[in-house]
Amino acid sequence: MAQAPAIELSGITKRYPGVVANDNVALTVMPGEVHAVVGENGAGKSTLMKIIYGMVKPDTGTMAIDGKVVQFRSPKDAIDAGIGMVHQHFMLADNLTVLENVILGSEPRAGLEIDFRRASDRIAELGETYGLRLDPVLKVEYLAVGERQRVEIIKVLYRGARIVILDEPTAVLVPQEVDELFDSIRDLKSQGETVIFISHKLDEVLAIADKITVMRGGKTVGTTVPAQVNARQLAEMMIGSELPTPETRESTVTDKVLLNVMGISLASESGGKNLLTDISFKVHAGEIVGIAGIEGNGQSQLVDTLIGIKDETEGRIVLDGVDIHDRSVIDRRSGGIGLIPEDRQRQGLLLPSPIWENAALGHQNQRPYATGPWISKKGAKERTVEIIRRFGVMAPTVDVPATALSGGNQQKLVVGRELIADPVVLIAAQPTRGIDIGAQAAVWEELKDARASGMGILLLSADLEELIGLSDTIHVIFEGRLVAELDPSEVTPEALGTYMTGAAQETAP
Amino acid sequence: MRSGRFLTTVVAPVVAIVIAFSIAGLVLLFADIDPLDAFKEMWKFGTTTDSLISTVNRSLPIYVSALAVAVGFKMGLFNIGVEGAYLLAALIAAWFGALFSVTPIVHIALILIVAMTVGAIWNGIAGLLKVTRGVHEVISTIMLNFIAFSLSAYLFKEYFIPESEGGGLSSATAAIPASGRIPSLNRILGAVGIEAGGIFELHGFLIIAVFLGIGYHYLVNKSRFGYDLRASGVNPAAAHVSGVNPKVMIMKTMLISGALAGLVGMSLLLGEYHQYPQDFRPGLGFTGIGVALLGRNHAVGIAFGAFLFGFLERSALILDFFDVPREIVTIMQGVILFTVVIVYEVISRYVAKRTVEAAARATAEEAGLVSSA
Repeated sequence: MAQAPAIELSGITKRYPGVVANDNVALTVMPGEVHAVVGENGAGKSTLMKIIYGMVKPDTGTMAIDGKVVQFRSPKDAIDAGIGMVHQHFMLADNLTVLENVILGSEPRAGLEIDFRRASDRIAELGETYGLRLDPVLKVEYLAVGERQRVEIIKVLYRGARIVILDEPTAVLVPQEVDELFDSIRDLKSQGETVIFISHKLDEVLAIADKITVMRGGKTVGTTVPAQVNARQLAEMMIGSELPTPETRESTVTDKVLLNVMGISLASESGGKNLLTDISFKVHAGEIVGIAGIEGNGQSQLVDTLIGIKDETEGRIVLDGVDIHDRSVIDRRSGGIGLIPEDRQRQGLLLPSPIWENAALGHQNQRPYATGPWISKKGAKERTVEIIRRFGVMAPTVDVPATALSGGNQQKLVVGRELIADPVVLIAAQPTRGIDIGAQAAVWEELKDARASGMGILLLSADLEELIGLSDTIHVIFEGRLVAELDPSEVTPEALGTYMTGAAQETAP
Repeated sequence: MRSGRFLTTVVAPVVAIVIAFSIAGLVLLFADIDPLDAFKEMWKFGTTTDSLISTVNRSLPIYVSALAVAVGFKMGLFNIGVEGAYLLAALIAAWFGALFSVTPIVHIALILIVAMTVGAIWNGIAGLLKVTRGVHEVISTIMLNFIAFSLSAYLFKEYFIPESEGGGLSSATAAIPASGRIPSLNRILGAVGIEAGGIFELHGFLIIAVFLGIGYHYLVNKSRFGYDLRASGVNPAAAHVSGVNPKVMIMKTMLISGALAGLVGMSLLLGEYHQYPQDFRPGLGFTGIGVALLGRNHAVGIAFGAFLFGFLERSALILDFFDVPREIVTIMQGVILFTVVIVYEVISRYVAKRTVEAAARATAEEAGLVSSA
């Protein structure tokens, strides 16, 4: 008997100013299926999921749930239709218990009171059925990342979801937790739940999915099953053949050490394990040093320590011959550390402020942005125009707020303002995350040019192709330690992956 | 983008005020009073020379108070503690100013410095609590207000009131000698041909307030410090990585806000009372919060807001003669604040949307990518 698809999307198009996030997208997910949606950052996966979950309304196209055409006005409609979403960034209240978090917003009542007993029974039952075991009275703050994710999954099941969307669920997990997650997904499937699994990690997708839909540049380029493809073929579908490669040209590495990090450690504020342990590496003039690692293994803390937001508990940092370990952030920035922060909107931009003020950010005490104690509006604007021209930022004027720019142009602005200041060392964290392919290629070119001109660059990226292509040396960070130093000309993404999971440790000869 | 700015800075407050008058009018209608008559009388009375002088005098402390609040707002700090700070500062400054007599300018300057110091210390406590213990400034400043009220009552009673000649207690601190008083500007008014009726004297503090406004504008909008301040307000995380130390910034802002708060009562103290009476005008700190909001934290906008509030208070006095409850003005002040927040939000959303669309169009044209957008 032909069963109606759990979800059927056709002709979905969603435009944002200057970019088509979803272009005539089609997706069919059958009930009881684990359906992976893969694609690079910026391929349109998140937009598509937001559409399914009712957070974003498509410009055109139709969506049917169990054969019935629906139009969601808000996530509430989606939840009512049996769709649940586990976001990449958990939305849990740390100071509440597992139980309280799960029922938050849909508390079962007994008269005027919350019926905790009923809730707790229901959670136990869900845990039993789906193999999601959790102690409901524990406070969420004491849970590990994988357990928090389980809370999120129970939360959506508790609300009666039959279709569970997992948005990049493994990005924050360590390998054992990934295995446990996959067990849970199999349990969900065996109970007849439909799972949509968003990822750009191909090995995982091949291991867990029944069907795989590939997205590229806002379009769905095809749907396949794991038995018919290997990781390489999937990668080709994802990337397309026209993609510019991040490969650097001939080596420009010199002997001159620009950044020397000597044995820095960072204690956890809440006690417990060190966030960083005995990190040492050098960045030479004309060198790109890559840091590879699964998100959450200390990359952010490393950047924070290098720019001085966090104080290392041990070790020294020497920038161009000057010990900067007890310098303030502003001294380090003006002393020649440039920063492309990993999250441009959170750490890199003043979204409601005009572009010229954004261009000054991090350089606001230097010429031409400032003269003496005053901000030089004229100097700042001229410099901003220069950045816009040189780095191809598409902006109508320097007075529009940064929020009016597309993601790629925001990133080009950030990259441009750092590079134009000609820092001694540039820390580039996820420099091409979430931007379109054209902007990505432009950023790569700029980084290569900067390297050729003798800048030292520390590159932290989740994009292994990017890391391998751009870096002269790659360090692997795992649980706050550098566990391997690899030569990018010899290492494959697969091999890099095994180091990143902590399965192997090695130092290049 | 010019028209966008016009919409948010001019249209929003005007619309808000129109709505506020309409609502107040409705209230009056319910009370069987002709609103147009009432407003006409208010206008007639409020625009006499004497009333205008009184309005300016009334708006001075409100203006300074709103500046104190606005400095905090600019970096996302909600300083509720202006109220307690200015009362405490005015009391201590009054006591201090009455202790001695020196050259006029010096005497005034010393009194102002003492007031600013007291205000800065008082609000600085909230800053210190925030940076060391993470106490939210709203909580700490509200509590500090209560402490300030009690502390000033105690200081007033126990230490600061002189025995009056009859041997009983007076209800005010000792008078500040003439050298510590700020002269009125009536003579200057006369020189430019405005005949003040004589009941009211235009406070000389007006000149200081103008300089405070200019200083505020340059500090917040033109200086590096102001840039850091605004960046911290817009995006603390981004400000932090750009080299702004958030703790230092909070302390500096609270100290500046407190120093301004210390000056709130000075026009009254040095221009009108010349001593601290037991019932020193309260509520100016809270009014300042509203006026800062109304004036969009802009030195000129706040001046308009303070003047408007002063005008409403002054012109309301006439309502008593027509058996109209004067509290109608309080309702109007409240409604103005309410509507200005809502109208501003609506308009700024509209402007933001338009800006984004315009930017997208412009960039698409520039790139020859019109087809993709």
